[in-house]
This record gives sequence, structure tokens and C-alpha cells, in this order.
Amino acid sequence: MSAPGRKGETVWALTGRRFLKHRLAVVSLGVLAALALAALSAPLASALLGVDAGAVDLFNRFQGASWAHPLGTDEIGRDILVRLLYGGRISLFVGLTAAFASAVIGTMVGLLAGYYGGRLDAFLMRTTDGVIALPLLPLLIVLAALDLGKIGLPEAVATSEYISLYRIVVIVALVGWTTVARLVRGTALALRERQFVLAAEAQGASALRIMTVHILPNLASPIIVATTLSVGNVILLESVLSFLGLGIQPPIPSWGNLLTNAQELIFEAPSLAFYPGVLIFVTVIAFNFLGDGLQDALDPRATERRG
Amino acid sequence: MTRFLFHRLWQSALVLGLMSFVVYSLIGLMPGDPVDLMITADPKITAEDAARLRELYGLNKSIFERYGNWLAAALSGDFGYSRLHAKPVMQVIIPALGNTVTLLGLSFALALAIALPAGIAAAYRPYSKTDYAINLAAFAGISVPPFWLALMLIIVFAVILGVLPAGGLGTLGAGGIWENARFLVLPVASLTIASIGGHTRYMRAAMIETLRQDYIRTARATGAGEVRVVFGHALRNALIPVVTIIALDFGYLFSGALITETIFAWPGMGRLIYDAIMGNDFNLALVALLLATLLTLVGNFLADVAYVWLDPRISFREVER
Repeated sequence: MSAPGRKGETVWALTGRRFLKHRLAVVSLGVLAALALAALSAPLASALLGVDAGAVDLFNRFQGASWAHPLGTDEIGRDILVRLLYGGRISLFVGLTAAFASAVIGTMVGLLAGYYGGRLDAFLMRTTDGVIALPLLPLLIVLAALDLGKIGLPEAVATSEYISLYRIVVIVALVGWTTVARLVRGTALALRERQFVLAAEAQGASALRIMTVHILPNLASPIIVATTLSVGNVILLESVLSFLGLGIQPPIPSWGNLLTNAQELIFEAPSLAFYPGVLIFVTVIAFNFLGDGLQDALDPRATERRG
Repeated sequence: MTRFLFHRLWQSALVLGLMSFVVYSLIGLMPGDPVDLMITADPKITAEDAARLRELYGLNKSIFERYGNWLAAALSGDFGYSRLHAKPVMQVIIPALGNTVTLLGLSFALALAIALPAGIAAAYRPYSKTDYAINLAAFAGISVPPFWLALMLIIVFAVILGVLPAGGLGTLGAGGIWENARFLVLPVASLTIASIGGHTRYMRAAMIETLRQDYIRTARATGAGEVRVVFGHALRNALIPVVTIIALDFGYLFSGALITETIFAWPGMGRLIYDAIMGNDFNLALVALLLATLLTLVGNFLADVAYVWLDPRISFREVER
């Protein structure tokens, strides 16, 4: 699948050309940009429609679509469209930050294990295997149910409005780093025997410098691909936890917790359950296609190996 | 072989032991303790009573002492009482485990029966229209939120069409086997769809890789038919990585069971864990979580064994590394 480089073409132009060949990835990038823009302009939509995201209107429950409420209203008369847009801000924020945090932890663990090898490598990789082997969701539920006051967080922090947001980012990062760690470790293990690393060592470069300046840049492609793919997974995980009532806490809307009440109202208002799920689905599949496209563009050898 | 297996078993036991302590401590960090719950139930309990009760149950001791006591009791077969069910923990867990095994077993078999042929079909002509369609479907399966899929199935089959029950477990003895089997259809379907996508992509990748090998070209050159090439020569080799990856997904299956069982009110392990954690049933939550971990570790262990057994080229030392 890899396109041969043309004469005088830079690496970036070649990468861009390969990416554009993956049509689904290009479409996905557009879809994600549109979703992000829509989510960012949530306050604008709210102002244009003249409705507040949290405004309760008990006389107008379960309204159908209208000019005032393009997607209708929910069980206590709040505008569904505006809440979906605000929910998108939260879900995208959690997906991006938690995936980034996981990548940072995974890169550090993988670099240390791959560069130093030996006992440290064995210890870190056994820990990684251990985390991978755990039944994830049941344990995440325990973590999400913890009383933050009991682990010594100050009262003001533990009860602040956005604590559920930070908590979910931390929880996901705590378990999400394993893929990147394994990937980085494997590549770092091979890179540290290469001549440019040995040359740097011979010149007396410190371990930190070799890891960050010489090895890390060569790992950028697999890390970027894995992180893109993990954004989708994080969004799915956040939505599951929020759906179960353990993730983002109402009244902050997220695509997951918008579905929490939908199950009880499934006979009265099936459409309430429909929209948030569609948005999660579209976002996650777009991130997966984007990751696939980036892999074709940045790491063509891996694609050849995978077919 | 024995040395490798022993090493692996020892490692799994170590992980399980560590997990038992971690989970025990985490559960201690959840809101409230058993005495708090008694105070809520009976407002007449005074502060002195509460202190005496904490003393009686050992709640004022250090976490290590409490864990030691729990472990000693657990090792002698006493896992304590479930608060929610007012029964010994094991009596609650065993029927739930049976229900989960039925659900997971059926959907696991069904997912493989669909995903493996689909993966092979996609791999046979990579980048063809068939491959494209299968790939698209697989990506959709990976990306759909499992609980939302379950809700949509309920809306279509229980609300709009009204042909299948929205949840629960049939009453035994009423309506016969087929009547009861109807309760399984939607949970099994949603769990199956959730895992088909991943399996299909593994199978496709492994098969493409295998079909590119020299021995496949040799087989074709000797005049073997396409059916014989794909199923006689390629399939067994392609299955090696697939078996391992799928067996390693065991923990993931449990997560799926938790979501599916909660939505369809299926009385299995997943829902049991969820209810126990939400209802502050500490004993039950602890044992159920550890059992889920144990089963996952057993799955991983079997995956290792299967890997070595399927592929004699892999030396045990390599796997240990």
C-alpha cells in the first residue's frame, strides 16, 4: 500500500499523500472537526435558540421537534440539542485528555523498560501484563465508587462540581497506559542497539538525553497512532461508566449520562435513547478510521505486515 | 513444559494475591462502613454503641490486620455473609456464575462462528469489495457503545415489534424451554455483536499474513485446490495468534457481561458485582471481584498453554521473556 516517494518530495508531503488515499480517514477527520466545532459553539447555539442548557420547563416535557427545540425536549423539558452539544464538550474533553495522559504514562514506562532492560524491564512488563489481565470494568466501578474524602483529598476538592470529570480522566489514565507501554518498550528495545544510539552513548550522552532526544522521536508514529485509536476507546469507557451512574455526574451532561434516564423512559420516549448513542458511535468510529488512516500514512511497514 | 507451566501458575497466584489485597483496601475506601449502615438502619444506636460495634467487628484495627483476618477466614472456606441477600456469599455467587457462563458461552460460540468465516472471507481477497464491506461492519461493531446497542435492540424488538422480552430471566417450569430461551435472545445478541468486530479483524490480519507465506505458494504450485490451500494449509497456522488474542480478551468478556446483564436484568455475575458495589455489600463485592479476576487469570493461563501447544516453534523461554 505504501506509495513510493517522488523525487524532491518531503517526508511530510509523502505522509500527507498517503493519508489522503485513505478516504474513510479523510471523511472521519472532517466529521470530527465538525463535531468539535459544534461542541465548542454550544453556548452560541444555546443563545441563538434562547434556551439555557439546564432550564427546566415542566409544561413542555417530551416535546417533538420544533423551531424552538430542534430535537425536542427531555423528561423535564430541557432542550435535547443544547444538552447534546454541551455533553459533547465533556465527552470529547475526557476522551482527548485521558488518551493523552495514558500515552504519557505509557511512553515513560515503555522507555524505561526498553532502555534499561533487565530487572526493571521485567518488573514493569509483569506489572503491565497484570493490569492487562484484570477484568477492567468491574474494577473501574470500584475505583469510581471510592469516597475521595477517605484517601485524604481536601473536602473542597472532593465535593467540587467538576470532580467527577477529573476523577474519570485519572481512572482511565490509570488503566489505559498498557498498550502504549508495550508498543514503546518493544521499539525502544530494538532502537537502543542501533548505531546512532551507541554513538550518542560513546560521546557520553546521559541516559535521559538518549531516551528523550535520540529514541523518543523515532517512536512518534506508533505513539500517535495508538493514542488516536485509544481516544475512541476512552469515549466508549466514559460513556459506559456515566451510563451506569459512576462517571460524569448530572447536572453536567455527557453523552453517557444522557442515556442513563433514557432506559427507564424507553417506552415513553425512545428517541431520547437514540441521539446520544448515535453521537458516541459516530465519534468513536471516526477516531478508529482516523487511527487506521494515520497508521497507513505514518507507519506503512506496519500496514504491510498487517495487510 | 512443566517448569514453564509452574512458573506461569506461580505468577498468576501472585497477581491474584496482590489483587485480593488491593481490592480489599479499595473496598475499605468506599463510602460508609458496616457500622454506618447499621446506624442508618437504626437511629437509636448511640456513639458508644457504634464504637463498641466497631471494636467487635475489628473495624478499628489497621488495614493489614483486617486483611489478614479476612484472608485466614477465606482460606478456610468462610467468605462471610452477603448483606443484600442475607445468605452466605458463596450461595449467592454460584447460581449467578451459572447464569453468566450460559450467557458468555453462547455469545462466545456465536461470535466465533460468525467472525472466523468473515475474517477468512475478507482476507482471501484483501482490498476487494467483500473485504471493504466486512471491514466496515467490523469497525462499526468495535465502535458501537455496547449498552446503547442493547437499548436499541430493546426498542426495536421489545417496544416496537413486541416479539421479545426486554429483560429478566424466564420462570423455570412455566412455558417450557423455548419460552425461557426467548429471554436469552437479546442479551446474547448484544454481547455477540459487541465482540464480533474485534475477532473478525484479528482473523483477517492473521489470515492475510499467512496467505503471503512461501509454503502457501508452494501448496498452490503443487496444484492444491483453493479450498485445500485455505482450510488445509493456511487456517491452522493463522489460528495460532487468533486463539491467543481471543483467549486474552477474557477479561473484556466480563466487562461486556456487566453491561449486558445490568441492562437486561440478567441475574449473573456482572450484575451481581454492580449491585454489590452500589449496595455497599462489601463481602459479596470482594469475593465476586476476586472470582472474576481468578477466571480471567485462568483464561490467560490457558491462552499461554494453547500458544505453546499450537506452535511448537515457540520455545518456552521466549514466552517467559
